[in-house]
Amino acid sequence: MILASQGELDYLALECLAERTIALAQLRKLADPAAGFDPLLEARMRALLPLAVRHGFRIVTNMGAANPLGAGRRVMALSRELGLKVTTAVLSGDDVLSLLEPGMRTIEARGAALSEYGALVSANAYFGAEEMLPALASGAQVIITGRVADPSLFVAPLAHEFKWRLDDWQRLGRATAIGHLLECAGQVTGGYFAEPGLKDVPNLAQLGFPWCDVDAEGNGVLGKVAGTGGAITLRTAKEQLLYEVTDPGGYITPDVVADFSTVSLKESAPDRVAVRGAGGRPRTPTYKVSVGYRAGFVGEGEISYAGAKAVERARLAGEIVRERLRDDVTDLRVDLIGMDSAHRTDFSHSLPYEVRLRVAARTATRELAERVGAEVEALWINGPAGGGGVRRHAQERIGVVSLLLERARVRPKVTLLDEDREAQAA
Amino acid sequence: MKRRLHELAHARAGDKGDTLTLALFPYREEDYELLRREVTAQAVKRHLAHLVGGEVRRFEVPGLHALQFVCERALDGGVTTSLAIDPHGKTLSYALLEMVIDA
Repeated sequence: MILASQGELDYLALECLAERTIALAQLRKLADPAAGFDPLLEARMRALLPLAVRHGFRIVTNMGAANPLGAGRRVMALSRELGLKVTTAVLSGDDVLSLLEPGMRTIEARGAALSEYGALVSANAYFGAEEMLPALASGAQVIITGRVADPSLFVAPLAHEFKWRLDDWQRLGRATAIGHLLECAGQVTGGYFAEPGLKDVPNLAQLGFPWCDVDAEGNGVLGKVAGTGGAITLRTAKEQLLYEVTDPGGYITPDVVADFSTVSLKESAPDRVAVRGAGGRPRTPTYKVSVGYRAGFVGEGEISYAGAKAVERARLAGEIVRERLRDDVTDLRVDLIGMDSAHRTDFSHSLPYEVRLRVAARTATRELAERVGAEVEALWINGPAGGGGVRRHAQERIGVVSLLLERARVRPKVTLLDEDREAQAA
Repeated sequence: MKRRLHELAHARAGDKGDTLTLALFPYREEDYELLRREVTAQAVKRHLAHLVGGEVRRFEVPGLHALQFVCERALDGGVTTSLAIDPHGKTLSYALLEMVIDA
C-alpha cells in the first residue's frame, strides 16, 4: 500500500501464482463456476483500485488464476461499487487442458507419459509479453491474466511503453532480469535474507516492497520507498537474481532465453541497486505447460517429547507408528523435528532438549491418510511416556508436471471489460 | 585450517520441480577463488549425498562472485508431492553452509 500510494508508479504488478496454485483454483472452479481466481482478489483490489485511479498507475496481475474472466468481472463489479471508472482487460486462453493427449511426454527427469499420472485437473500454458501486449494496448487500467511467466508481468509493460520489438532479445533479456528481481517483491528488499549478526536487516516488520526505474535500453535501478523497512543491497539483489535459476546463462521464459551470467549489479546509493548487462537469445518455439493431476492423499501427525531421553522416546514412538501402519501404508516417512527433519541429518550438532515426532505418508485414499494422524494421536495412550501436543492433518494432494506445446496450437484471447459491455480485443 | 562455509559465505536455496538450486556468495569478494577451489560440484554432492539422488552441476558467475549449484532429484519428487516437512527445500541453503572446507 505504501508502494502504491508513494512509489510514483506507472505500473504495479502483482505476481500471485505458485506452481500448483492454478490446479487448486481449478478445483474450486469445478465446485463453483464463478470461483477459481485468487481468493484475495477482492480485498487487494478494494484497497488498490482507488489508489490506481488517484495516482494514475495501471495494475497488471495474474490473480485470474483458473478463471481470469471471472476475476475481471469481479473487478468491474467492485469498481462500480466504489464509484470508479475503470476498464479491465483480461487475457485468457492459457487453459489448454482440452489439447492434452495421454501419450504426451512430460519434461520432468524421467520424461514419463501423461497417462502415468493420476486424473488431470488442469493444464495451463505460460504466456508471455506478446500475449499481454493487446491488453496493454487497449488502454485498460487493470490487466488480469491466468498463467503467465512471472517475469513477463514486468517485461510486458516495458515492451509496451518502449515499443520494443519482440525479437529484441537483448532488451527482453535485460527486462527479464529486472522482472525476475522484482517478482518475489520483498525477497529483494531484505525479506528472506536476514540472519541476526551476520546479515542484519532493519525493520523487517515494516518491509518495503521494491520498484524499478527502467530506461528504454532495459537497464534499471531498484529502490524502495523511503522510510520503509528492509534493505536493498548488492547481497539481497544477488541472492534474488539466482533464486530458482537452473542455468544462469540460459533462463527460459516465453519471451526470451535470458542470460543472467553477465548481469552487473552496483549499489548506486543507499537502498538503490543499478541492474544492467543481462543478455538474451531467441525464444523457444514452445510454451511450457504446467499440468495438475490428482496425486492421492497425504496424512500427517505430530507429537512432542521434551526432557530426559526425549530423542529416544520420540524415536521409539516413530517405530511404533511405523509398525502399526506397516500392512496398510508403504510410502511413509518419519522425522524428528528439532533433529533432522529439514536436512535429514544434524551434521553432528548436539542433541536437542525437546523434539517433535512427525509421521507423514502418501496413501491412495483419504481414510488411510486419516489413519496416519490417528496412529500418532494414539501415542497419547499407547506410546512412550510423556508425548504431548498432537496435531494431525489429511488432505488430497495435487501434483504438477510440465510439458512443452507448440505455440501455434494455443489461442490467447484478450477480452475488454468496459462499464457495460465486453468485447474481444485480440 | 578447517572452516565452516557459514563463516565465509551466504546462500539461497530455490526449487524447480525435483531440482534444488543453491546459490553461494562469499561475504568478501576476495574469498571467491577459495570457494571456487574448495566448493566443487563433487564436494557438494558428497556433502549432500543423503539428500541429492542425481547429479550436481556448478555454474560460475564471476561478475556476481557467485557459484550456483543445481542439484537433480533432491526434493523427494518435488514440492507438490514430497512428504518432506520442507517440500521446497528452502532450508537447504543452511545445509550447504554446514560444509567444512580447508581455508
